[in-house]
Amino acid sequence: MIDERSAAWAADRRPRYGPARLTDPTGNRRRRWTALLMPRLTPWLFLAVPLAFLITFTFVPVVNLIYYSFTNWDGFSPDKQWIGTKNYTELFERPELFHVFYVSLYYMAASLVQMALALYFATILSFNTRFRNLFKGILFFPYLINGVAIGFVFLYFFQPDGVLDHVVRAFGSHSRHLWLGDPNLANWSLASVSVWRYMGLNFVLFLGAIQSIPGELYEAAELDGANRWHQFRHLIAPGIRPILGLSLILAISGSLAVFEIPFIMTGGAGDTKTFVIQTIKLAFNFNKVGLASASAVVLLVLILIITWIQRALLPSDKVDLV
Amino acid sequence: MSLSTQRDRPAAARRDTSVGAHGPRRRSRLGLALSTGKYASLIAASVVMLLPLAAILLTAFKNDKEVAAGNPLSLPHNPFNLRNFETAFSDGHMLQALFNTAFILVFSVAGTVLIGSMAAYAIDRFQFRLKKLVVAMFLVATLVPSVTTQVATFQVVNNLGLFDTRWAPVALFMGTDIIAIYIFLQFIRGIPTSLDEAARLDGASSLRIYWTVILPLLRPAIATVVIVKGVAVYNDFYTPFLYMPSENLGTISTSLFRFKGPFGAHWEDISAGAVLVIVPTLLIFLFLQRFIYNGFTSGATK
Repeated sequence: MIDERSAAWAADRRPRYGPARLTDPTGNRRRRWTALLMPRLTPWLFLAVPLAFLITFTFVPVVNLIYYSFTNWDGFSPDKQWIGTKNYTELFERPELFHVFYVSLYYMAASLVQMALALYFATILSFNTRFRNLFKGILFFPYLINGVAIGFVFLYFFQPDGVLDHVVRAFGSHSRHLWLGDPNLANWSLASVSVWRYMGLNFVLFLGAIQSIPGELYEAAELDGANRWHQFRHLIAPGIRPILGLSLILAISGSLAVFEIPFIMTGGAGDTKTFVIQTIKLAFNFNKVGLASASAVVLLVLILIITWIQRALLPSDKVDLV
Repeated sequence: MSLSTQRDRPAAARRDTSVGAHGPRRRSRLGLALSTGKYASLIAASVVMLLPLAAILLTAFKNDKEVAAGNPLSLPHNPFNLRNFETAFSDGHMLQALFNTAFILVFSVAGTVLIGSMAAYAIDRFQFRLKKLVVAMFLVATLVPSVTTQVATFQVVNNLGLFDTRWAPVALFMGTDIIAIYIFLQFIRGIPTSLDEAARLDGASSLRIYWTVILPLLRPAIATVVIVKGVAVYNDFYTPFLYMPSENLGTISTSLFRFKGPFGAHWEDISAGAVLVIVPTLLIFLFLQRFIYNGFTSGATK
């Protein structure tokens, strides 16, 4: 599309049109102006829309969020009263508002299980396996499914006398569990849905990392008499450490921001309410935008701390953009 | 980063024939036990993954009496019973939902590609003052999970007059995708600047270079962004739920969510609705497997 000939033609063109420009003083001035301004302006022309979106939908909300968190605003009335840190003290003093942190521990525990399973399956499928692509597909596909559909699938699955009860009965146990109604079980049930849903992504990421380890290394290891465990310990584990660390941090911050599955399946009833469900309910059902903002700020700060720990523990060159 | 095919490691094929340090006999017995365990665990995992889906699929073909009768894993009497799908499709307003989702999908994916590639082009190909600040702004934004700021984002959307329109999710999906910028930035670095310079000598403006040189060469990165973004938009529940409460503005997710009320305990209809939502994903997955794996691998790590 761009060859040397046309470049030469462009170079050739300039002197031919040059003198004509000089005779027109106004045009000349304008041209000098644009010549001076355009190189400076051009990147901003490309950045204008992206930056406008970035500022409108990320920075303005964050700044407003912090501002709202110090007011008692209800979300629609024109006046917002500055009440200082009252929202924050309320948040930390009312134990029922703090319970949501406890709920996220279930999801954190689940995400550890999820990572372990993903690592196991990624390792065994990185070796020669029959029906490898089929297994890979089955393990990954849940990740692509619509969250509401997953919610319904598991509402049905966990129903009293539903699929799970039938399976449990097939193994000889006759007890009938309220998988979602029993407060001791509900969070475990919901957290296991999250394992079911997200394990595939971790698995595919780990598999990709394992497969990017050069094959010669395995051959060399085998010549040295390394068995599978040695290969895992000394080749695979170091090779996937960065992605493992990243996934762990994402899983932890993700378990603080759980929303879809519990909201769809139990509506966040009783003990299954998560941080995000509580915030949404405070803001949009109880019109406590100030308190909800304070709670969102706490969540934001927590996630920033976790990310900061990750950056400190796993310095990565992937972070810098230029 | 690129969508190159992943090939199997040659070592993987060779390893089973190799003889370890423990001698052939012990090795083969251990090997047999290991490989039995391996396949047993794979099959067990597959059952866990597929059983909940199978139950929904079976139920979608049953009539209400069969569902009430009990065993959710029994086969439907009439495997060609499509009545539930008709009910779910028409009473669930799935056609409208499909239109709304397609609308949001097309605009937000196209917008994400344009915005992401423009930002990446400006950041990678130009030297300008405040460049560090701009880059830092995009970086900081990746740290803020959008789910935490919705309380305040809601007010912004409301003040812009976008609330309860299809443009609210479009604007939000376009404005909050920093990952796309990363992917484009990674890719644009691999495009030689000599191409830009040649086009510039040719008299092409920056906009023209972006449109005719850079954008076509970004095609593999665009494919990645389209896949990752497309799946995210199709599956998103949170944004349309918060910003488009009107009945006629339901997307695939929110329309399916509304099955919960009117269909009450009619699990055959709810199942059919869920199957209707899952099938397009399954088809896309089967046809674009390789692109999807690569897309998610590069989308998550870059």
